[in-house]
Amino acid sequence: MGKLEGRIAFITGAARGQGRSHAIRLAQEGADIIAVDICGQIDTVPYPMSTPDDLAETVKEVEALDRRIFARQADVRDEAALKAAFDAGVAELGPVDILLANAGIAPMSLHESHQAWQDVIDVNLTGVFNAVETVIPSMIERGRGGAIVLTSSTAGNNGIGGPSRGGLGYTAAKHGVVGLMRSYANNLAPHSIRVNTVHPTGVRTPMVVNEAMGEFLAQDPSLSNAMANALPVDMVEPVDISNAIVWLVSDDARYVTGVQLPVDAGFSNKK
Amino acid sequence: MTGRVAGKVAFITGAARGQGRSHAIRLAQEGADIIAVDLCGQVGSVPYPMSTPDDLAETVKEVEALDRRIIATQADVRDVGALRAAVDDGVAQLGRLDIVSANAGISSVGPAADLPEQTWRDMIDINLTGVWHTAKVAIPHLIAGGRGGAIVLTSSAAGLMAYPNVAHYVSAKHGVVGLMRTLALELAPHSIRVNSIHPTQVDTAMIMNEPTWKLFSPDIEHPTIEDFTPVSQAMNALPIPWVEPVDISNALLWLASDEARYVTGVALPVDAGAVIK
Repeated sequence: MGKLEGRIAFITGAARGQGRSHAIRLAQEGADIIAVDICGQIDTVPYPMSTPDDLAETVKEVEALDRRIFARQADVRDEAALKAAFDAGVAELGPVDILLANAGIAPMSLHESHQAWQDVIDVNLTGVFNAVETVIPSMIERGRGGAIVLTSSTAGNNGIGGPSRGGLGYTAAKHGVVGLMRSYANNLAPHSIRVNTVHPTGVRTPMVVNEAMGEFLAQDPSLSNAMANALPVDMVEPVDISNAIVWLVSDDARYVTGVQLPVDAGFSNKK
Repeated sequence: MTGRVAGKVAFITGAARGQGRSHAIRLAQEGADIIAVDLCGQVGSVPYPMSTPDDLAETVKEVEALDRRIIATQADVRDVGALRAAVDDGVAQLGRLDIVSANAGISSVGPAADLPEQTWRDMIDINLTGVWHTAKVAIPHLIAGGRGGAIVLTSSAAGLMAYPNVAHYVSAKHGVVGLMRTLALELAPHSIRVNSIHPTQVDTAMIMNEPTWKLFSPDIEHPTIEDFTPVSQAMNALPIPWVEPVDISNALLWLASDEARYVTGVALPVDAGAVIK
């Protein structure tokens, strides 16, 4: 018997990386999944973003666990498209108990454009807001509580994104997610809807492990400290974030809300 | 053997009842053997009845009913020699040490200006120095094991925010956070993780007594649980008056398990939103 038997989770950025890992890990615990992802490129992002094939792979892996998954291409910046995907998923699978606002970009690069700030705010902050706004009316109306986890970062509680427009935007957006989390946690507590953030250090995903990020981190020695963990591990794995999220959204954490949960190998405490 | 901490050994202080007993049972359910200590006696400045040898015997009975081993010793966290003897004996019998729960704690109340010297000292001695003693006697075993480990210090919502009329408690519980952060840094090279848990009010004998209720309802001469319930609930964001010991145990279990293998230096509230409200 899984910890999330009979639950339905809405996950943004589910095509690959942490989002796919969350979909699989929650499905292993018995949840069905509504998955969305942009499956496309944003010009200011200096590494290849997800594709429709990536999302299809997530579908395949969840179905291999004998769980149901409804997947649709949608951009978290487009509130109407996000809501349409959500509504279609709910029509097929049923009402949602869990939201994981995971979609995010890291447009730091040596050759960044002026637009990098706006894009990262739009995806990493406004996109999180759009996702929460999409799910809460049905969670409240249903009256059975719920669990929301917003993916922040060690850059959500430390000023470590560097001086570039994209890096500043990333740090500002990830800090902003904490403000959203605290406000939603207070506002939604009377409905027994819990809201928390996770704060990963570097995670072994295509957003972090790519040529542009390597080049960006190498240019400024101060930035190499941006991934210096206390525990003797250079990065954590997507499943480590998924395991934190499984705990947060399960009944084991039924009274945990308003919490920033670092999964950062001691990074924040070391600074 | 299955279980999320199968084959591991956990050292738990304050294990005779309340959260400590719950931790012993929950970890045993997931496959751990237990080294349990408790004062099983009264401290003069504490205004409610503390644990007894019978309470500790009940913890032993409940862990053994789960087919796990438990070595239980009456020991005072203020007495580092007694604590060391207890953990050394437990490790000798059970073969290893992986998890430490520094849980033993007391509560007493009074305005800061009026706290008797002894009341302040008892609080710091048990709720702060006792936590350091627990870590101090356990760390050599964790390092010697060479398999890493997980230390969880029980702080409180009062370790992250202030409450009036418990300055000694708030100071000790804030101090636990400083100790946690420092231990996390010192022990990270050994892959020993150190975190703190910050409960709101928990349904235990430390909270469910008239002197504690009076702290929350100072204007009522003899407050009852009916008086305490709405006042306690108003302090939480979620619509509940308190959490259960098992809620803290479930957080401890997660932190102690490999599911949190890269979580260290973290202050984890299990507080129904009390800190952010």
